[in-house]
Amino acid sequence: MNTMTLDAAGQAEPVQPKAVEQDTVGTQTKVRETVGKPFCDSAKLRMRNVNVFYGEAQAIHDVSLDIGRNEVVAMIGPSGCGKSTFLRCLNRMNDTIEGCRVEGELSLDDEPIYGAKVDVVPLRARVGMVFQKPNPFPKSIYDNVAYGPKIHGIASRRAELDEIVENSLRRAGLWNEVKDRLDKPGTGLSGGQQQRLCIARAIAVSPEVILMDEPCSALDPIATARIEELIDELRENYTIAIVTHSMQQAARVSQRTAYFHLGHLVEVNDTETVFTNPQHELTEAYITGRFG
Amino acid sequence: MTDLSQTKLTQQQVRERIEQRLASRHRKEKIFRGLGIASIAFGMLAVLVLFTDIISKGSGAFVQSAIELRVHYDEQVLGIDKVDDESLAWANFTGVIREALRERFPEASSRSEKRELYSLVSTGAPFTLRDRLEANPELLGQTETVWLTADDDVDTFVKSLSDSAEGFRGRTSDQKAGWIEQLMASGELKKRFNTTFFTNGDSREPEQAGIRAALMGSLFTLLVTLALSFPIGVAAAIYLEEYAPKNRWTDLIEVNINNLAAVPSIVFGLLGLAIFINFFELPRSAPLVGGLVLTLMTLPTIIISSRAALKAVPPSIREAAMGMGASRMQVVFHHVLPLAMPGMLTGAIIGMAQALGETAPLLMIGMVAFIVDVPGGITDPSTVLPVQIFLWADSPERAFVERTSAAIMVLLSVLILMNASAVLLRKKLERRW
Repeated sequence: MNTMTLDAAGQAEPVQPKAVEQDTVGTQTKVRETVGKPFCDSAKLRMRNVNVFYGEAQAIHDVSLDIGRNEVVAMIGPSGCGKSTFLRCLNRMNDTIEGCRVEGELSLDDEPIYGAKVDVVPLRARVGMVFQKPNPFPKSIYDNVAYGPKIHGIASRRAELDEIVENSLRRAGLWNEVKDRLDKPGTGLSGGQQQRLCIARAIAVSPEVILMDEPCSALDPIATARIEELIDELRENYTIAIVTHSMQQAARVSQRTAYFHLGHLVEVNDTETVFTNPQHELTEAYITGRFG
Repeated sequence: MTDLSQTKLTQQQVRERIEQRLASRHRKEKIFRGLGIASIAFGMLAVLVLFTDIISKGSGAFVQSAIELRVHYDEQVLGIDKVDDESLAWANFTGVIREALRERFPEASSRSEKRELYSLVSTGAPFTLRDRLEANPELLGQTETVWLTADDDVDTFVKSLSDSAEGFRGRTSDQKAGWIEQLMASGELKKRFNTTFFTNGDSREPEQAGIRAALMGSLFTLLVTLALSFPIGVAAAIYLEEYAPKNRWTDLIEVNINNLAAVPSIVFGLLGLAIFINFFELPRSAPLVGGLVLTLMTLPTIIISSRAALKAVPPSIREAAMGMGASRMQVVFHHVLPLAMPGMLTGAIIGMAQALGETAPLLMIGMVAFIVDVPGGITDPSTVLPVQIFLWADSPERAFVERTSAAIMVLLSVLILMNASAVLLRKKLERRW
């Protein structure tokens, strides 16, 4: 493995990882240390030296990253680079995959995410997720949104539940379109509406973090624009990690962008820096379209 | 991309080659389609032949000849002076019928002639009179005209007359045939709807034999089977599909479930005999034991089909629920199970249909007994439809031939009803996503 390079900050904080904050542009592409700014002061999610294995194969190599409060972090990279796998570590959705093993320290508000004592049910209520393919339940629109509050026992009265449903749908920008047909199946909506319904469903339990795994890949440009707007609005209250294949989207919605390559986190920087002045040559190659 | 102009073949040559193969491709297509149609036609023909054969043989059993007689409830012949339970049990209704017959055909004088005469009506006819008298005590000492079920030989003869002018005589003498024709000519012998067939249990006399005992037996057996095998099968399927880790043990269990599905049913019968009857000392010939044995038999079918139904639920639904923080059980019960239910029910009903037609294991646990009484519960001795068919097919009386076919018709109707309800349930529960 790589040699540990600790800077001053790293020594001050034992959990600080081996990230090199030096300019590595122009050096060998074999460099496996993250360049840029993977850490931030007010981290909501803190990941240190995360390794993920599928059986024998290692999908994520030694990734360290912070996701700040009310920040949108975009994760980009070629297919199979491990960005989705990494995202799914954050609410332990990888638990369900046979033979998947996660190593490293992951914490949400300094509470560990992995561990024998950690209950995934409250964790997933705090870290919501929106998937690549819109996947509303084959139930009514109302029931889709009300499901989370119901199972977690958030609303005690019907009126309260109604309010949560309406608020969630409003925040997802779907209320006006569906308020007259809340009892119709959620699966009958258009693709873009379904995805917004899924977002409404996710925010109905007031999570702190929302993970989005290519939320717009199945949508047309208009629906995509609507969702991007929504992400921007949601940033006020939530911390968002979004995986995307569209660099324009990353540029539009995120404050920081992380570039993954073959399971390594190559570069994390302010979004503007990544797209205008990438520090790593792999990043540059990817965003200029030389591969990927 | 391969640029055709750079290869040796010109576009013209390529097109020619495609065209050469085209005819044979179309021919193969046609042959394949023809084969498909032929197989379907063969299947339909087999079903058609089966149904026409059974219906043509069995439809006769739904009508039964009856003879109209003027009976006089003579206190002296009956040997009673009032109508109550005790006197009804003693009363000589046979004498009343014989007297009525003698009155109708006074020409029968010798012993053998009289015996022939008396055998015109069923040995069950006295019970008809008894029931009438019990319901209307004021009939005592009166005369009334009643329709009495004819004997099965008479019935067979009457029904065979439509096939040939001679008719099937069997044990019927010329004189008796003459009487029958006389009765038919005068309208005193008619074929009427055979309610007995649907209200009675088995009997040695075909005209008194009915399907009800077997039908109820089958119903109780299936109820026990369904009540046990569906919950157990679904629970096993859910555990194996949603909870169990995939390792050597679960592989072993899966192989064994598949093996269990292939075990000959008679083996399950022997197992049931050894365990449920010998060891647990449950009653013999009871639907309870039959249901337990059939549960063992249908369990693999239900587990396998339920697992297939669970597998067919899109993983995105599970992910969505799990992402919302639903516990594993909530994921299964709120989302997966409702979507898998139509498939599970279809599997269960296919299993039930198999169980309904099963004979061999039930022979081992004594459900092959001759059951006259309609069972009233799961511990009463009873038989089931396929066993009843087997028993009747084995009986020498010619009238049992049509009853066998009629019993098959009843069995098939129950099957069709079950399958239709499966389709309806499926349609009703099916949801799109």
